[in-house]
Amino acid sequence: MLFVFIVVFCLAAPLWADHVAHTGPNQNHITDKVLVGGQLTDVVAPDGTPLGPGLRGRYLLGADQNGRDVMVRLMYGGRTSIYIGVLAAVITTLLAVTVGVLAGYYRGWIDSVLSRILDVVWAFPVLLLGIALGTTLALGGLRIGGIQIAGDSLWIPILIIGVVYVPYMARPIRGEVLALREKEFVEAAVAAGKGPLRIMIAELLPNIISTIIVFSALNIANNMLLESALSFLGAGVRPPNASWGTMIADGYQTIYTAPHLTIVPGLMIVLTVLSLNVFGDGLRDALDPRAQIRPGR
Amino acid sequence: MARFAVRRLAGMIAVLFAISVIVFLIFNVIPNSDPAARIAGKNANPALIARVRADLGLDQSLPVQYLTMMKQIFTGQLTSYASDQNVLQHIISGLPVTLSLCVGAALLWMVLAIWFGYLSAVHPGSFTDRSLTVLSLVGISLPVFWLAAILLYYFSFKVQVFPTGSYVPFTEDPLQWLYHLILPWITLAVLYVGFYSRVLRSNMLDVMNEDYVRTARAKGISERQVRLRHVLRNSMIPIVTLFGLDFGAVVGGGTILTETVFNLNGVGLYAGQAIGKLDLPPLMAVTMFGAFFIVLFNTIVDILYAFLDPRIRLGEEAPA
Amino acid sequence: MSPILRVADLRVSFATDEGVVHAVDGVSFDVNPGEVVAIVGESGCGKSVTAQTLIGLTRSPNATISGTAIFGGRDLIDLSDDELRTVRGAHIAMVFQDPMTSLNPVYRVGDQIAEMIRAHREVSKREALTRAVELLHSVGIPNPERRARDYPHEFSGGMRQRVMIAMALALEPELLIADEPTTALDVTIQAQILNLLRTLNREKNTSVVLITHDLGVVAELADKVVVMYAGQVVEQASLDELFYQPQHPYTWGLLGSIPRPDEIRPDRLPQIPGQPPSLRNPPTGCRFAARCEYVFADCVQPPPLRSGSGIGHLDRCWLSADAKAGRR
Repeated sequence: MLFVFIVVFCLAAPLWADHVAHTGPNQNHITDKVLVGGQLTDVVAPDGTPLGPGLRGRYLLGADQNGRDVMVRLMYGGRTSIYIGVLAAVITTLLAVTVGVLAGYYRGWIDSVLSRILDVVWAFPVLLLGIALGTTLALGGLRIGGIQIAGDSLWIPILIIGVVYVPYMARPIRGEVLALREKEFVEAAVAAGKGPLRIMIAELLPNIISTIIVFSALNIANNMLLESALSFLGAGVRPPNASWGTMIADGYQTIYTAPHLTIVPGLMIVLTVLSLNVFGDGLRDALDPRAQIRPGR
Repeated sequence: MARFAVRRLAGMIAVLFAISVIVFLIFNVIPNSDPAARIAGKNANPALIARVRADLGLDQSLPVQYLTMMKQIFTGQLTSYASDQNVLQHIISGLPVTLSLCVGAALLWMVLAIWFGYLSAVHPGSFTDRSLTVLSLVGISLPVFWLAAILLYYFSFKVQVFPTGSYVPFTEDPLQWLYHLILPWITLAVLYVGFYSRVLRSNMLDVMNEDYVRTARAKGISERQVRLRHVLRNSMIPIVTLFGLDFGAVVGGGTILTETVFNLNGVGLYAGQAIGKLDLPPLMAVTMFGAFFIVLFNTIVDILYAFLDPRIRLGEEAPA
Repeated sequence: MSPILRVADLRVSFATDEGVVHAVDGVSFDVNPGEVVAIVGESGCGKSVTAQTLIGLTRSPNATISGTAIFGGRDLIDLSDDELRTVRGAHIAMVFQDPMTSLNPVYRVGDQIAEMIRAHREVSKREALTRAVELLHSVGIPNPERRARDYPHEFSGGMRQRVMIAMALALEPELLIADEPTTALDVTIQAQILNLLRTLNREKNTSVVLITHDLGVVAELADKVVVMYAGQVVEQASLDELFYQPQHPYTWGLLGSIPRPDEIRPDRLPQIPGQPPSLRNPPTGCRFAARCEYVFADCVQPPPLRSGSGIGHLDRCWLSADAKAGRR
């Protein structure tokens, strides 16, 4: 239960950023000074070492080489990371459910075609595919029909991550649909004259909802990890947007002198992803129809 | 059996073909900039650009370019756009590094995962179980490159126990080879240990409730024998298949991050560099290589599954 | 002749999320050498739990077991796990209900039998396998050398059950517990398996505790019958006595619900109305009262198990002997 709180916190905190932050995430304060223990200290020391974390109202977690407030960046960056994670998960879920259900229900050539497509995406080394798409799309953006997405828009990583993980979810869903399809209630629905679409929505979907929910929670977690990896390599979120991944990339430059710049955003990712994993796990246990005899109280 | 193999092989080839086309398209169709101009450099004049284009065959139509590139790959003649090196040579020289990393990490993660999963499953709900579960959950929540960076920072910088990366070939100095690979092995293994130990634990708990385990107990064999010969043996089947898939994926490109941070010049690092420069030939080759490995292991896993579960081998349907 | 197994006041309860379930509530019976004792009852009455408890298969952190089960001079309930393990298989063997899932699918059948033999005897693998082949032969499996190298799923249901029986008898135990051995099988195969059990019982003098809900099976095989309901024994008698002079309304209901070819077929098969009581909160009086046609004022008190008509014939009912004789 503690973890639900952490999830909520991680998800909500970035949303408060606007109200709480004393400065923007991208504002440099290189030459500013701040009160530390009564003494006026440089935000960024003359040798380039930024302020470390400490208990104070501003620069709670220190500053980075450009004098930007880490805590503030963390909140804004977190918003970006979570935003991407969730939206990508929405895309993945929609695509995976559609593909999985169609392939499982119709079987035959539809299944063959869809499964082949899944196989191809699946065979692609995830990171390579993500990076390849990330770097090429970042250059010139995407133009499909009339829709134009700029190279540095957040939608690029969202779409990429959304597509890459579709096979992970679509395959188990397809498997479940294949099994469910053989059950009597589907036969009964067909005999009653219900069309395929109604059967898929009214009969099959409710039965796989628990699988979908659990997978989605875990998918958000994976998405956030992938986003941070892509951003770290420069193929995900692009400046001036910040995400936890880009913050780690930035901090990596000065890891020996200012380790907190690398540690902190990473820690946030770990906590958020961990909470999602615990949540997803707990959800899976709760939805498991097998009751267990537990030790007596 | 032979027909099965031929069909799988045909499928493999089809998938690889599709992947090569997709990669090609990604790099040639999407970017809105001209590769020749990029390669020629910032200060190039149109004439230079035109010559670069002709040199690299970029003035031909796309299908022709594709076929040329494919031919080059298969004859080992592929050269990078950015430098003049032969791509295949580079990959081959990087292979031992990547394989050392992957195999070592895989051994580490399987040993630990089986040990932890087994411990958790035979004492469910205990303190050991709960702590291992927490550790596993943390393990699968860590971004690989971040973990690598943190390990580097603490163990080679602050406490100078391990070297800061780079690779020492086994043939040169086995001990140094080991020494340099320990941190990367740990980095790569952590995620998988977490995942696999939980899967094993879950499988074992399921199997323990099976009727044949009850029969085994009723036969009067020792509890340890029951656990090892009946519960563990049967729980491992899905693990082995998962392992095959993951190992394929790791060799096929999952090492980019680890190799980058630890500066191990394997195939992954090569891929990372190529992407940075938008250098198509090495990228194409590495992706094909990666995809090949993944598909290969997929197939091996299917065959292995039939071998491990006699029900499938002899024609009966596998249990869901 | 002293009994090889004396079960006295066996109680087993399990702690669950929804409360304590009293699965077995004071069960006692004896098994004599060479005797076949059938324990009959509907699903959930506690018969399987009773049987499994005898060899300690129900031991777990949330189980509370009390009572005694004296076998070979020792109390099985009190034995440590290690000691119990020497008893399992070698002295008391068990055959389970579903042969499909009771054998490990990834090991060959001969190996599984050999495993049991080698757990209790110092023999080489080859010797154990030879013995396994002999056993398969003795239960009527054709081509035993070849079949021993097959996997469980390559056998039909009836054959699998024979394998289970062969395995159970490998070390010539004094007692065989058969938990619904024929329930999962076709009727024709059932007959074969029962024949097999009867032959083994007669030839080797192996005592059998036969758990079943099928009175037809009981009639085929049993010497003595123990009828269980809601965790308790409600009647216990020799086979003839039970079928010809049943004393408990539940038994009457069970017998009445068997279709009889020598009578005019009724429109509806008589059923015992209602459901067995919850074992979480067993009723304080007679547990069958809620479904009993003959319930009367005394039934609010729990009836003791006591001797009624014949020798060794016990029943748990307040009705007077005359009333029972009359209303049967």
